[in-house]
Parts: sequence; C-alpha cells; structure tokens
Amino acid sequence: MTDTALYDIPGPRARRRHLVYGLAATAVILGIIAWVLYLLFDTHQFTAQKWRPFEYQGIQEMLLRGLGNTLKAFAYAAVLSLALGGLLAAGRLSDHRILRWVATLFVEFFRAMPVLVMIFFVFVALKVQPLPALVTGLTLYNGSVLAEVFRSGVNSVDRGQREAAYALGMRKTQVMSHVLVPQALRAMLPTIISQLVVALKDTSLGFLITYEEFLHAGKLIASNLDYGLPFIPVVMIISPIYIGMCMLLSWLATWVAKRQRRSLKTEAVEVAPAEPGTLLPGAGQIHP
Amino acid sequence: MNVLTDNFSLYGKGLLGTVELTVYASLLALVLGFLMASFRVAPVGSLRVFGTVWVTVLRNTPLTLLFFAVLLGLPRFGVVLPFQLFAVLALGCYTSAFICEAVRSGINTVPTGQGEAARSLGMTFGQTLSLVVLPQAFRSVIPPVGSTLIALAKNSAIAGSFSVTELLGTYKTLNELGYSVVWSFVWIAVGYLIVTLTISAVFNVLEKRWGVPR
Repeated sequence: MTDTALYDIPGPRARRRHLVYGLAATAVILGIIAWVLYLLFDTHQFTAQKWRPFEYQGIQEMLLRGLGNTLKAFAYAAVLSLALGGLLAAGRLSDHRILRWVATLFVEFFRAMPVLVMIFFVFVALKVQPLPALVTGLTLYNGSVLAEVFRSGVNSVDRGQREAAYALGMRKTQVMSHVLVPQALRAMLPTIISQLVVALKDTSLGFLITYEEFLHAGKLIASNLDYGLPFIPVVMIISPIYIGMCMLLSWLATWVAKRQRRSLKTEAVEVAPAEPGTLLPGAGQIHP
Repeated sequence: MNVLTDNFSLYGKGLLGTVELTVYASLLALVLGFLMASFRVAPVGSLRVFGTVWVTVLRNTPLTLLFFAVLLGLPRFGVVLPFQLFAVLALGCYTSAFICEAVRSGINTVPTGQGEAARSLGMTFGQTLSLVVLPQAFRSVIPPVGSTLIALAKNSAIAGSFSVTELLGTYKTLNELGYSVVWSFVWIAVGYLIVTLTISAVFNVLEKRWGVPR
C-alpha cells in the first residue's frame, strides 16, 4: 500500500476512519453473502433429493470421465498450439519475405477471429468429430497468439547477444537455437503458461459443440427430473474444480515469473508483458 | 456470394446483435472494472479482499461456465430476464475482471512522487485523484483496455449458442435454408473483422490523441 500515489501512510485518525469503513464494508459484504445463502435455502437448493445423485458411483464416474475429456482436449491443444506457435514464430522471423507475409497474415487473421467461429467452422462445415474440431480451433487461435509471444520474446533479447553471436561466426539457425531462443523462452515462460490457462478455459467451449467434457456431464445431471433438476448443486460442484484448475496454472505462471525476477539467466531479456505496443486486433497481452 | 445478398437482413440483424451485446457489456465491464479497481487500491482491507477475490475468481472462470451458470442458473432463483440481458451480465462481469487489472496497473504506473507533490500543494484526496492520478493513469490504460474490449467482442460469440441473437448464430438459419456453409462462415468472419477492426481503430485514435508517447 505504500507504493501507490493515492495516499500517504495513514496517521492514527485516518487509521481509525479506515477501520470504521472496513467494518461497514465487511457488514455489507457479509449481508450480501447471507442474502445469497438465504436465496439458496429459500429455493430449496440444499434438499437431499438434489444432492443425492452425487453419491451414485455411475454419476461420479461420468463427472470424472468428463473431467478426463476436458484434460485430454487441453493436453492436445496445449502441445499442438505450442508446436504451431513455434512454427509460425519461425515463419514471422524468417529472412524470406513470402514466408514472413504468409505467417503474418495467418497470425493476424486467427487472432482477430473468435475461437468459437473457428471451432464451429471446423465442426459444421468440415463435419469433423467434436474433439478434433475443438482441438483444431483452440490450436489455431492459441498457436497464433503464442507465435506472437515467441516472436516478441526473441525480439526482446538484448541486441548485443545477437550481435555477439553473429560476430562469433554463428549461422542464423545457430544464433536462434543456441542464443536467442533459450533466453527468450525462459523469459516468456510466465506469459506462455498464462496463455495455456486461456486454452484450458476455452476447452469448455466444447460444451457448445456437444463434446462430452466436464460441463456437458454437469448438464446431463442438471437436466435430470428424477433429482429435481439439481442445477445449482451441479454448478456448485463443477465451478470450484474448473476454477481451481485454472487458478493452479495461473499461480504456476506467477510463481515462475517471481522466480525469474531473481534469476540471472534472464537478465539480457527485457520482458514487457501486458503492454501491447501496437493495437492490431487482439494485440499484445493475454487474451481473456 | 449470394449468401450475403440474399440474407442481408439476417446478417444485419446478427451483426446488430453482436454490436449491441458488445456495447452494453463493454459499458457494464468498464463501470464494474473501475469500481473493482478502486476497491483493490482502497485503504480498506475488506474492500481490497473483495476486489481481489472478484478478479481472481472471474479471471479463472471459463466464460462458457459463467454463461451456463448465469443463463440457466439465475432463473432458478426466480430471476427471469431476457436472454440478452443475462448475456450482457455474464460478459460484462467476466470482462470487468480484466478491465480492473488494466486500470489497477495503470494507477500503479503513476509515480508516488506525483501524489506526494499533489498533497504537498494542499490538494484534497478528490483533487489528487481527479486532477493528477487518473489523467495519467488513463493515458497508459488505453491500449490494454482496447485489447480487452476486442476480446469481449470476440467472446460475445458464445452468447449465440445460448439463444441470443448475434452474428455467429446466423449460420444455423442459413444452414437450414440450404446455403453453402463455407460461404456463410466467410461472411460471419467478415462481420467479426468489421467489429474488431472498428474497436481497434477507435482505440488507435484514442491512443494517438491521449496515449503515452513512446
């Protein structure tokens, strides 16, 4: 709190005032929580009938299968989009103008398109199974974003590194693979992981093309009349798991970033994430 | 080619739906995001916690799950609103977390000395905020807010699958009418490009006019 331009360090009177505000705010927040809880009880969300399905083994297995499918889609999408990102970044950094143009066009187009449009296009127009359609869509989008991440990472390595490598007589490939890419990758790791969080979140789009993932399993349970349409219980079970997985990955990104700030190995790279220089469609930072 | 000319009104309606969703959700996201950012930099502990929880949870929620919970969950509480309003709510809340982070980091880029100087000139808190801190924060916040709003426009496509009229949803009608799927998607893509490029053009102008010179 001390490093903000907004206030001085509070004195005794200001602290007392803040305490009063704090108590009032806490009261309001607790009031809201109580109201939500009251609504939940009032609409009979905690009745045994609605929670019973989660005791059945078949339903637990179905949820786990859904979770497994989600993770499977994520794994495919993550690996493939890293590969595509590397390829496109190589294209964008190429010395050949045509390759550069093609890669740039590709990257810019797929970053400007909603992922869902791509997924639906592959699913509806090319008549593919849901899983490949989902993975293709996610790969095209996240691959393009990652290509930009890789490219800006390589470009942000200190100029001297590249010049020194060329002065030693290395070829371009050697300069890239031995000097620039290792440093860039290390510096870009937090950004890459945050982009993978986006990919993980977007696997839930599979729900919309009837891929049998986590949300889909939840929907099946929620629309069961025998259990009194346990919609809210399903949301209460599914969202902590989903949000928890994404949070774990996000924390990993923050942890890596924190570790790096102390590391000597990334010194030559000025990392400037979350600050898009140009404002092309979907420029720069991580995309929600 | 005749997919577009034959169904101009359908595409127009879809595009209008997307634009409406984007505009309303952007307004909600900007207001909520600003509010949450002010919570997160407030000297009051409980508000800071509330803001942090809001941002952390929403940033890590898949948007589809949020749509699922809002559009199908809220009616269980007896909240019955038009689908479009629900969609605006979900999109706006989701995006507000990203706006909040952008605004907060914008405020944090203002050097401490600026606030100290303002206070030593005898400015009140309100004056410091409105005359010194926010104008400077605004300048550095333009690009990230721009890309967040572009992402919002792209995310609005999800609403189409929850029976809200918008651009992506038009493919279903066209498919039933027997038009070529590929071409109908080409024009949908063009529609999204129009929306995203317009937002980026607007923010480019803002950036040129007020942005931090680099």
